[in-house]
Amino acid sequence: MLRHFALLCASILMASDITAAQPEVTVDTFQLKGSRPLEDQTKAAAIRDYLESWQGMNVAFQQDQPNLLDEDFIDTAKDKLADAIDEQAKAGVHTRFQDRVHHIRFLFYSPEGLSIELVDDAEYNVEILDHDKPVSTVPVSARYIVVLTPAEVRWKVRVMQADFK
Amino acid sequence: MKPTLAFLLVSLLLAMMQEAHAQDKTLNLPKSIEAGSAFSIQNGGSGEATLYIVGPSQVLKRTVQLGSATYFPAGSICNAGHYVVVLAQAGRISNGSFDVTPINAPATLSFLAKPSRLPVGLHDGITGAVYVFDVYHNLIATSTSVSFELSSPSGAVQKQLVSTRTGAAWTEMDSTSQQGSSKFVARAGDVTSARIIRQVPGDPCDLKMSIQPSGQKLDLQTAPVRDCSGNPVPDGTIVTFTETYPGGQSTVDVPIKRDVADVKMPAHDGATFTVASGVVLGNQIRWSK
Repeated sequence: MLRHFALLCASILMASDITAAQPEVTVDTFQLKGSRPLEDQTKAAAIRDYLESWQGMNVAFQQDQPNLLDEDFIDTAKDKLADAIDEQAKAGVHTRFQDRVHHIRFLFYSPEGLSIELVDDAEYNVEILDHDKPVSTVPVSARYIVVLTPAEVRWKVRVMQADFK
Repeated sequence: MKPTLAFLLVSLLLAMMQEAHAQDKTLNLPKSIEAGSAFSIQNGGSGEATLYIVGPSQVLKRTVQLGSATYFPAGSICNAGHYVVVLAQAGRISNGSFDVTPINAPATLSFLAKPSRLPVGLHDGITGAVYVFDVYHNLIATSTSVSFELSSPSGAVQKQLVSTRTGAAWTEMDSTSQQGSSKFVARAGDVTSARIIRQVPGDPCDLKMSIQPSGQKLDLQTAPVRDCSGNPVPDGTIVTFTETYPGGQSTVDVPIKRDVADVKMPAHDGATFTVASGVVLGNQIRWSK
């Protein structure tokens, strides 16, 4: 019985790990506006970098390390997230943002190629820990407006803001 | 094994749903507030508890007295987004969420304009894209009217009115027919953002040269070189003169100086002279003594 329970727990943990590593992602470009076509290669890079930004954000919040945002975020988005990390560190709070689902719709590729706007109907878990003691894990469903901008070798998140559905 | 796992997962789900249902009774949250505005959270019960408000852009923690409203003064939450609220008291957890919306008044514009320099008379050659933000740098997602104005050196203005869609608006405009600096302005409400676009003459148009004997040589000189809109082509633009004669060919590249290019070349009887600049060919002259 005890062995069965251990196996069950392991299965759940493995399942949650797999889910954590690979959120479910769907993408569409039907609503894309702008005179510049969004090539497949650009689209793939933007999606890859955006999804990586969630991982980067999660690690930065877990470790209270605003500098870990530099890889994926820029400008306003980086400043706001960095401020939030400072706030949680001062309060002795840790947060984890574990994304589970992304439904990404590309909205706009600016004509000069300096920005891509997308909307992401995201589902994720927010886990709150107070001085490393788990307080609660809350499943969230929110629509994010995201603006990406090309940086040195990747797309970085310039705006990431949940929209009132 | 499989039915056991399914049972456990269903039980977990039901427990989460019950928790979610219970939280509504304890926490009385606004559905949404405007960024930067004051608000309060009413909670039931008694005793002391800890309130957490978490959005990726802001994290707040407060010790609150249950049974009374917790007041958050203006400026407590300025970043638009979706916020999770958790109220924790001695192992009892209530949670909920609310949204913070941008202030519907433009305060800053992010204006992307390209290029900074282009030839005159280019159709849809100038592009501008604008993102509209409120005073807290929240993207204003509701439709906002944006005007784009391109003023030419002569004072003529091209104007387009565009509504933002999810915070973004864009336009394409023709470069004007007159060379010089143009001001490209985006405006939303009282907020403006300007870029300077330098319009330079296009390729030479109707390139013409003449030949005059000058001692043992010939003096080749172009007429003032202008683009198709009549703007003088800038000094330094290269004009190529080519002489083809029986038994040989010589080519000379000459920069335009004060609107014209000129050069001295040998006077071979029966030679043919051509003139070109870039991809533009000029006239051809056959020389005989």
